[in-house]
Amino acid sequence: MNALITFITSSVRLGTTFLFGSTGETITEKAGHLNLGTPGVLCVGAVSGVLGATFYVGAVSEVNGLLAVFITILCALVGAGLLGLLYSFLTVSLRSNQNVTGLMITTFGVGLAKFVKGELGTDADAAISKVASCFRHSLPFAEHMGWFGEIFFSYGILVYLAILTALLTSFFFKRTRAGLHLRAVGENPATADAAGINITRYRYLSTIIGCAVSGLGGLSFIFDYVGGWDSGLVSTEALGWLAVALVIFTLWNPNLGILGSVLFSALYILPNYLNVGFAVRDLISGVPYLVTIIVLVITSMRKKRENQPPANLGLNYFREER
Amino acid sequence: MRNTEKIVHEPLFHIAKRDDLVWWQRLLIRAATVVVAFLFAGMLSWTLIGVDPFTFLGKLFVGTFGTERRTWISLRDLAVLLSIALALVPAFKMKFWNIGAEGQVLMGGLGAAICMYYLGGTAPDVVVYLLMLVVGILFGVVWGVLPAICKAVWRTNETLFTLMMNYLAMQLISFFTDIWVKDGSGVMKNETHLHGIKFPELGNVYVLPILVAVVLAVLLFVYLKYSKQGYELSVVGESENTARYVGINVKKVIIRTMIISGAVCGLVGVLLTGAINGTVTTETAGGQGFTAIIVAWVGKFNPLFMVLSAFLIVFMDRGTNELNLTNDAFASIVTAVVVFFIIGCEFFLSYQIKFRRRAKGKANDGAQDPPAAETPELPPEAGGAKEVQA
Amino acid sequence: MERKIALELKGICKYFGSVVANKDVDLTVYDGEILAVLGENGSGKTTLMNMIAGIYFPDEGKIFIGGEEAVIRSPKDAFRYRIGMIHQHFKLVDVFTAGENIALGNGKGKRYSLSAVNEQVRAIAARYGFRIDPRKKVYEMSVSEKQTVEIVKVLYRGADILILDEPTAVLTPQETEKLFAVLRRMRDDGKCIIIITHKLHEVLSLSDRVAVLRKGEYIGTVNTAETDEAQLTEMMVGKKVELNIGRAEPKDPVDRIVVSHLDITNREGVKVLDDVSFTIRSGEILGVAGIAGSGQRELLEAIAGLQKVQSGDILYYDPQQGGKQVDLRDKTPLQIRDLGVRLSFVPEDRLGMGLVGNMDIIDNMMLRSYRKGRSVFLDRKDPAKLAEHIIESLEVVTPSAHTPVRKLSGGNVQKVLVAREIASSPTVLMAAYPVRGLDINSSYMIYNILNQQKQDGVAVLFVGEDLDVLLELCDRILVIGGGRVTGILDGRTAKKEEIGLLMTGSKPDGKEAANA
Repeated sequence: MNALITFITSSVRLGTTFLFGSTGETITEKAGHLNLGTPGVLCVGAVSGVLGATFYVGAVSEVNGLLAVFITILCALVGAGLLGLLYSFLTVSLRSNQNVTGLMITTFGVGLAKFVKGELGTDADAAISKVASCFRHSLPFAEHMGWFGEIFFSYGILVYLAILTALLTSFFFKRTRAGLHLRAVGENPATADAAGINITRYRYLSTIIGCAVSGLGGLSFIFDYVGGWDSGLVSTEALGWLAVALVIFTLWNPNLGILGSVLFSALYILPNYLNVGFAVRDLISGVPYLVTIIVLVITSMRKKRENQPPANLGLNYFREER
Repeated sequence: MRNTEKIVHEPLFHIAKRDDLVWWQRLLIRAATVVVAFLFAGMLSWTLIGVDPFTFLGKLFVGTFGTERRTWISLRDLAVLLSIALALVPAFKMKFWNIGAEGQVLMGGLGAAICMYYLGGTAPDVVVYLLMLVVGILFGVVWGVLPAICKAVWRTNETLFTLMMNYLAMQLISFFTDIWVKDGSGVMKNETHLHGIKFPELGNVYVLPILVAVVLAVLLFVYLKYSKQGYELSVVGESENTARYVGINVKKVIIRTMIISGAVCGLVGVLLTGAINGTVTTETAGGQGFTAIIVAWVGKFNPLFMVLSAFLIVFMDRGTNELNLTNDAFASIVTAVVVFFIIGCEFFLSYQIKFRRRAKGKANDGAQDPPAAETPELPPEAGGAKEVQA
Repeated sequence: MERKIALELKGICKYFGSVVANKDVDLTVYDGEILAVLGENGSGKTTLMNMIAGIYFPDEGKIFIGGEEAVIRSPKDAFRYRIGMIHQHFKLVDVFTAGENIALGNGKGKRYSLSAVNEQVRAIAARYGFRIDPRKKVYEMSVSEKQTVEIVKVLYRGADILILDEPTAVLTPQETEKLFAVLRRMRDDGKCIIIITHKLHEVLSLSDRVAVLRKGEYIGTVNTAETDEAQLTEMMVGKKVELNIGRAEPKDPVDRIVVSHLDITNREGVKVLDDVSFTIRSGEILGVAGIAGSGQRELLEAIAGLQKVQSGDILYYDPQQGGKQVDLRDKTPLQIRDLGVRLSFVPEDRLGMGLVGNMDIIDNMMLRSYRKGRSVFLDRKDPAKLAEHIIESLEVVTPSAHTPVRKLSGGNVQKVLVAREIASSPTVLMAAYPVRGLDINSSYMIYNILNQQKQDGVAVLFVGEDLDVLLELCDRILVIGGGRVTGILDGRTAKKEEIGLLMTGSKPDGKEAANA
């Protein structure tokens, strides 16, 4: 029972990384940009957060938990958002191929993150653990509620923030005018353009905001799930690719992403809870990719229009084309 | 919105397609971009790791060509990267965005390793070599053709499919490593686990991959340019409607082309395992399956240009080794920056920014000052609005 | 009463590379009038309107709206000036509902409520007599439903200046009349309406004034009441046209292709051809007349092996094998060729289907012939010779045979395509709208080629849109109305009005067809 509760809570906590990552990527993809730079974005988001935390902790004598959390999140948003800006400048303004640019963003982002990590040295370690405890601060009444409290209320702020972000994003797509416009830009930019929608602005904003949100995924992995450095940022990068997979798995629906992220992270950590050999663990780790492929193939077989990738995904738009 | 009725100022510039650059202008713009990119990389090295630009460039050269051995290694790395990139070209020409080269290469390596593990020491070496080739290539083909079949039959998005296949391949390699490696080290070694099987050397260990790359480059060039199949895949890539109209079986071409693409990737995997690393790990392809996409794209799918773009990547990668950094991430940063410059510069080759002429001055475009901030890498001849006079 | 100028263009020029799309166009439109912009295909009407709608930006010239200079950089700017354009190609998002499409780009600042939009859409529809379900997804709609959405979209925006680009091309006459009634109501409401068309009878029945463009240049504006078809035609084409397309008597025609009881259902499940039967004979030109989108494309593609057929037969009688019967139904283009059927097809979509825009003329020549021989390699020598021959004999304007065909002008593109198709000495030649967008000279060159083929004993199927041409060129005319064959007429005796009526799907003696 205890192991099960730990398993569930760990899945939810790790799921936060997937949820932020995939929600951000969904925002970007809905506007027609397949950002394969997501792993890099996650790493940069994480490291920017660490950077902020380190400076804050180094600058003050007494750490204010709320402020520390705020500064760290803000730094992650800005850092990841800037990477999104670079991606949008190259793909939207300079019309570079999205696949190529995205992959380079991953190279660049992971490289940059590792570099900063190396430069920060050991100062960061203390800062991370200090600020991580602020992030992990759970709701006070959780511990009085037994397993129910454990499963639903024992998390730090980022878990709830991630769920809220996903819900808001879904609401944004379905119920707001800007959301309608954003989807139109990803489906049929020529039509959106003719309707007076500023394609450039929507694509820039969706990518920057999407990357900023994705960046929180990296942040949450370091500060909430691990509570310390991810050595070599290898896991962060791997989680980034899984976040891209999750977008497909959830058919570009952040609400489904809430469940999907828990499922993905459950599969990711499941081997640790099973008494099985490494080989079986590896097979289980492959399951998320496999189910994503299956979902992708089945949706393309069923041809239900609403479940297809945004029609203009991966394509740049140029108005004067004739 | 603010000034609904009185927007009278004209837009500063608008962007139009251009077709008018001749080859030397294009070359000049590209060359200028590379120079600017390296200068920028030099500035980065100055600020980030405290190595001034000239030392930095010098070290890149030394790192790449410093000794005979280094030159050989650089050439071999170039050959491997180029081979993978070449494998991608038929698919890309068909507008099939195969970003699964990493996985296809890994599967090739795994196929070879399976032969080495199970047959090494029992079957004659020559048989093992041949089977390594066959099985490795077959594995690469399977990994490439699955997304192709789904794309051909159901129009499944191939970018996402091939991307996922990469990670499946990695998991499979981890799986086999864990089955075979019983000592708990998690490292598969050529001598202990794979019966010391290695392809025979041709002169030295570096020649074989280089030879393969050269042969592949020639073969693919001929295939794409002079064969009927190459012609068919170009037609499919340009317009599936046209292909159907002239009776090309689009599904068959998609599948056939990805068989070729996957086979070449598989072959590279076999080489990496059988001739270069002696083993297979999830790092065997080392991200080159992704880098190759950039090489192919920057090289415009032309084998000759691709040699240059692959060289650029290898130059950065090998060269930065010489900097003896504790922090090897710097290599990724400068490589990415240089590539950003190069892919960004393509914009100025296919488009031009036309600045709005004020008043009635019909002639004399040159009188306009292009705002410098907008076009940092733009050589003087790329500005202006010549087309208008045509 | 002094009329107010709604929109004024002065010296508008637009270039696409070296192609002049518009040159020094001046145009004035008043409030409360319907202006028809008339011009041949390719005369720059759409480009001009796109500049008013903010799709393109003029290279030179100025636009004034309500007397003040306006800079329209984007469709958004156009909306601000209350300009709305209904494009010929629908600009709708397929996976959105009608309501969502209409809400697109609208109502900034107001709270977004789709149900409110849907309500308004229903109200507009009720007012003008449209039938529209705002919750229906666009990909489930028919062509005319989609156009309704487009029109309601602009009405919803409350545009004062309304531009319609060839709105009747896809409409039945009844729908056209309804649309015209709406437009007249809007004009009486003080709105300014610009309608692009190349159909003279529409111009005369609807507009107050007519502006004429020819080859991108502005020719002039006349009051509709003071003009007639002859004058407008002259303005449009430059001189009074005596078409004078030669027509020889068919030479011993024998049945070449017999189509019987053909039914075709398209991908959306809509029946596009219903029980179609006819015969194509050697040595004659069979014209196909019909409103655009009445199933012509599907018919040709079915014969060429590109379109699935639900039921019916397509039989070919091979002259080389003494009239042996060959079944063409459900064959691929390759199978058809392997059966020895020499079928050539000039499709409607030249650069999207007939040719590969990014390949040069030589490689495009090979499209049909590259399979020849056992070799795995291509033979470029013969195609190169053919390319040179075509360039010379048909006066194709191109820097060289190595120029990508997308860089050629429309007429030259078509010459390359038609020449390739006849190079294989076909027994059947099908051409869909082969002169669309071509200048007069190129058009006549195409007519001559078709006539030449006919005299060589080829069975020619010609899908056209200009009834005058059909009547002068074709031996027989097959009229399709709403996917059914409504008549097969003798080209020498048929009357234009008769065909027009048949196109609308009504019998010649019916009274409902108002415009033919």
